[in-house]
Amino acid sequence: MVRVSAARTPDETRTVLDAGDIARALTRVAHEIVERTKGADDIVLLGIPTRGVFLADRIAECIHQIEGREIPVGSLDVTLYRDDLRRAPARALLPTSIPTGGIDDKVVVLVDDVLYSGRTIRAALDALSDIGRPRMVQLAVLVDRGHRELPIRPDYVGKNIPTAKTEKVLVHLVEFDGDDAVRLSGQPLEES
Amino acid sequence: MTVSYVIRASRPLGGPSVDIVISDGLIAAMGSSVDVPVGARVIDAQDCIALPGLVDLHTHLREPGREDAETVLSGSQAAAAGGYTAVFAMANTNPVADTAGTVEQVWRLGQQAGLVDVQPVGAVTMGLAGTQLAELGAMADSAANVRMFSDDGKCVHDAVLMRRALEYVKAFDGVIAQHAQEPRLTEDAQMNESALSGILGLRGWPAVAEEAIIARDVLLADHVGSRLHVCHVSTAGSVEIIRWAKSRGIDVTAEVTPHHLLLTEELVRSYDPIYKVNPPLRSERDVHALREALADGTIDVVATDHAPHPAEDKDCEWAEAAMGMVGLETAVGVVAEAMVSTGLLDWAGVAQRMSVTPAVIGRLDGQGRSLAVGEPANITLINTSRPYLVEPRALRSASRNTPFAGRSLPVSVWTTFYKGALTLDEGVLVGQAHNEGSAV
Amino acid sequence: MNRHLLSASDLDRDDALLVLDTAAELAALTDRAVKKLPTLRGRTVVNLFYEDSTRTRISFEAAAKRLSADVINFSAKGSSVSKGESLKDTALTLEAMGADAVVIRHPASGAPDRLAHSGWIGGSVVNAGDGTHEHPTQALLDAFTMRQHLAGGKGDLAGRKVTIVGDVLHSRVARSNVLLLSTLGAHVTLVAPPTLLPVGIETWPCEFSFDLDSHLSSTDAVMMLRVQRERMNAAFFPSAREYSRRYGLDVRRMNALPEHAIVMHPGPMNRGMEIAADVADSDRSVIVEQVTNGVNVRMAVLYLLLAGAQLGESEGSDRTAEVVAP
Repeated sequence: MVRVSAARTPDETRTVLDAGDIARALTRVAHEIVERTKGADDIVLLGIPTRGVFLADRIAECIHQIEGREIPVGSLDVTLYRDDLRRAPARALLPTSIPTGGIDDKVVVLVDDVLYSGRTIRAALDALSDIGRPRMVQLAVLVDRGHRELPIRPDYVGKNIPTAKTEKVLVHLVEFDGDDAVRLSGQPLEES
Repeated sequence: MTVSYVIRASRPLGGPSVDIVISDGLIAAMGSSVDVPVGARVIDAQDCIALPGLVDLHTHLREPGREDAETVLSGSQAAAAGGYTAVFAMANTNPVADTAGTVEQVWRLGQQAGLVDVQPVGAVTMGLAGTQLAELGAMADSAANVRMFSDDGKCVHDAVLMRRALEYVKAFDGVIAQHAQEPRLTEDAQMNESALSGILGLRGWPAVAEEAIIARDVLLADHVGSRLHVCHVSTAGSVEIIRWAKSRGIDVTAEVTPHHLLLTEELVRSYDPIYKVNPPLRSERDVHALREALADGTIDVVATDHAPHPAEDKDCEWAEAAMGMVGLETAVGVVAEAMVSTGLLDWAGVAQRMSVTPAVIGRLDGQGRSLAVGEPANITLINTSRPYLVEPRALRSASRNTPFAGRSLPVSVWTTFYKGALTLDEGVLVGQAHNEGSAV
Repeated sequence: MNRHLLSASDLDRDDALLVLDTAAELAALTDRAVKKLPTLRGRTVVNLFYEDSTRTRISFEAAAKRLSADVINFSAKGSSVSKGESLKDTALTLEAMGADAVVIRHPASGAPDRLAHSGWIGGSVVNAGDGTHEHPTQALLDAFTMRQHLAGGKGDLAGRKVTIVGDVLHSRVARSNVLLLSTLGAHVTLVAPPTLLPVGIETWPCEFSFDLDSHLSSTDAVMMLRVQRERMNAAFFPSAREYSRRYGLDVRRMNALPEHAIVMHPGPMNRGMEIAADVADSDRSVIVEQVTNGVNVRMAVLYLLLAGAQLGESEGSDRTAEVVAP
C-alpha cells in the first residue's frame, strides 16, 4: 500500500484524477463488477484499510443503485501477513471485519486504492485463506501504477497511471482526507 | 647502600613548594634549595601535592581463603598504587583472623610483599559468629601487635558481648571497630530502604538498622569508658548520633568510605551489582551529611572498605551478587572530587583524615607522621595536573569491581615512598613495570 | 515502543494504547477458522522461567505460537540452571541459539533488566514477572479487561477508580498496575495493612488507605492480590483470620460495590483468604476473562516488539554514574 503524505505542497504535485474522475471511475468499476459476476448475486466486497474500505463502501453503494440490493462490505487488514514487516517499526493493526455470512463460497472482491508491487494483495490472499474458502477472488483498484513484483493483475481498474518508481501516488478520499483527488509527486518518468 | 631521592618542588599538604631529600628511609632534609646528595635521583614534583603516606583503616585483602579475589601481595600493590603506605587487613578471611597464628600469617605476608605496612585486624568473636570472644589478648601480644578488632561484615549485635569486648581491649589500648548493622532489620536486605527500594522491588536496608547499633554502642562505650570506632558510617542519622556522642566526650571515632561520599542509591536503578555494597549507597541527603561530617571532624577518617570480588560474583542478578567495591586505587581521587574540589577540605585536612588520624586510631607507629626532617619517609605525591581516568582493567587489585569505571577523577596518585623506598614511580608500580604490558 | 518490555513505566500513554488496541484487533481474529497467524514465522521466542508459573508460561507460549514463532521453553527445573549455571551463561547459550526474544520469569527483582542491558543477548527481553518488582504484561491484561468492561473497549481509563487490595509490598502485579493504570488516567487506591505497604508509598502515583470498606462504594474495579499465609509468620499480620476479616473480599463487601463494578484477581487465588469463593465465582468476577485476555495482550506485545525492524536500543548506557554534584 502506498503511504500518502499530506505534507506535500501543491506545487510539488500534479493532479491526475479529480473528484469527478474518481466518481466516474468507481461507477464504471461497479458496473463491470455487476456484469462480470452476472448480477453480483453472492459477492462480498472487502476493502483493504484504510482507503480501500471507503472505496469498497462507495462501490457497494453504486451496485446498490444499479441492482437495488445491499452488498455485504467488510474490511481486511493484511498487516499480520505482510512480507515487509521487518523493514519498518511494527505498525498498528487496522480493523478486520468480515460481514455476517462469511466468505465461504462467495465471490470476494478485494478493493484497494493503489496497485503497485502486488505484495499487499499477496498478503490479502493469504489472510483470506485463513478466514474461509471463497468460490472466487477478484481485485478492484482505483489506480494501477505498474511495477508489479508478483504475478498479480487487477480485474477492475479505475485508472491506469504509468509512473516512475521515484514518484508517489497520493490518493485522497473525502471520508479520510477531506477531499477527493489522486495526485502524483516526485520525479516523473524521463521523456527523452 | 640505600638510594637517595630528592623530590623537587612539591607542595607539602598543599602549602608552598619545597624540596624534600630522602635518605636512609628518613626525610633527611627539607627546604627551598637543598643540596642534592651524590647519586640521588631527582623527581620533578612541581605539579604534586606531598602528603604523608596514606593509611587505610579498612581493607579486605581476602588472603587466606579467597586468593582469587585478592592476595596480600596484590592488595599491597593496589594500596601502593593508591598512595597508601599502610593498610589494616580485615579479619573476615577464611580461616577468620581470630587467632594469633592467623594474624601473624597475614602480617608476615605483608612483610614479604614489602610495599605497605599490612596491619592485621583481629576478629572480635570466634569465627565472626558473634557468640564467643576471640583471643583478643593473644592477638595483641603476637608479632602482629593487633590493636584494632572487628567482626566487619558482621555486626557484634549481642549487647553483652559488645560490652565485654569494649571492656576487655582496654587492657592493651585496643579499639573495637563495629560494623553497625542490626541483623534482624536487614535480613536479605538489598539496598537502602527508601521510595526507590519500593519501586525497584528490592528488600530495604533501613537507616535505623545502622543508627540503632551506633546509638547503643556509643552508650556502651560511655558506660564502660572504652574506645569505639564506627566503620563505614553511611547515614545522616548516624552522623547526628556520633556528633552527639562526641559532644558528650564519648571516645568514639568514625570512618566514611569514598563511595559513600560520592555515589547515591539512584545508581541501583540499573540493577547493576557493581553498585551493591554494604552498607548500601544512600540518598543524596545522606551524602551531603557525610561530607559535612567529614569536614567538621564528626567523622574522623576516610577508610576504603576495599572489598575485592571476582567478576562472576558481580556478573549476575542483583540479589545473587556479592556486596562490595574495590577502593584503594580510587580513594584519593574520589576524596579530591567530593571534598577538595567542593572546598570542604584542604589537602592538610585530607592528610589528617587519610593518614594521621587513621594511624592514631589503629595505634600504628611510624605511619601518619608529619612531613618533617627525621620522620620516616612515607610520602605520597598527588599530581593535581593529571586527572585519573578509572579503567577497571588497569587496576592493580586482583579484582575489578570499581563503581567508578569510566569516570575521570580530578587528581592522580603519582609517586609513593614507603619507608624511603619507591613503591609507585610516576604512576608505575615499582617492580611491576612489565605486568601491564604497556610500560617500557 | 522500546525494544524491551521490562517495566510498565516503559510504556507511555500512546504505547500502552497501541498495545491495547493491537490486542483488541487480535482478539477479534480469534474466532476465525485458522487461529494461527504467520507474522512471526522464523522468529524464536524463549520462555526462560526460573519460577514455576504454569499459567504465565502457557499464556506466553500460546501467544507466541499463534503468531507462528518458534517457542523454546527453558525451565530452571531439570536444566543446567538447577546445576548452578549463571544467568549470564544461560543468556549466552540462548543468544547462541538465536533467540529473538526472551520472556523471563525470575525470583530476583531486576533480573530482566540485567538480561536486557548487560550485553549478554541481542534480542528483546520481556519481563514475565521479576521478584517483587514488576509484571508488566499482567498489568496490560488487567487494563485491557477493565477497558472492556468500564470504557467500552476503547481509549484510556480516564477517571475510572481502581482499588487494589492486599500485599502490595511483595506484589509485582500491584507495582505494574499502579504505573500502567495511572498512565492510562485511572485513579488507583492501594488498600493494605500498613505493614504490607512499601516505604515511600506516598511518592507513588496513587492513593493509599488502610481501610477497605470506605472505598468500596466508589470503586469501578477492585483487584484482590494474593496474600501468602507465610507472611503471617513474619509478623506482617497477626493471623489469616484477622487479615481476611479486615481485607478480604466477601459477599457483604462485594454487595457494597456499585452495580457496574468488576472483581479481579491475578491468580492464583487463596479462596477464603483474600477472596471468598462466592465472590470469585460470582458474575462480578472477571477472573477467567483476565486469563483469556492475557493471551491477546501477550500476542500484541510480541507482535509489537518482534514483528518490526530492530531499531537498536533507545536507552543509553547505564554506566553514567549518578553522582551528587560537587
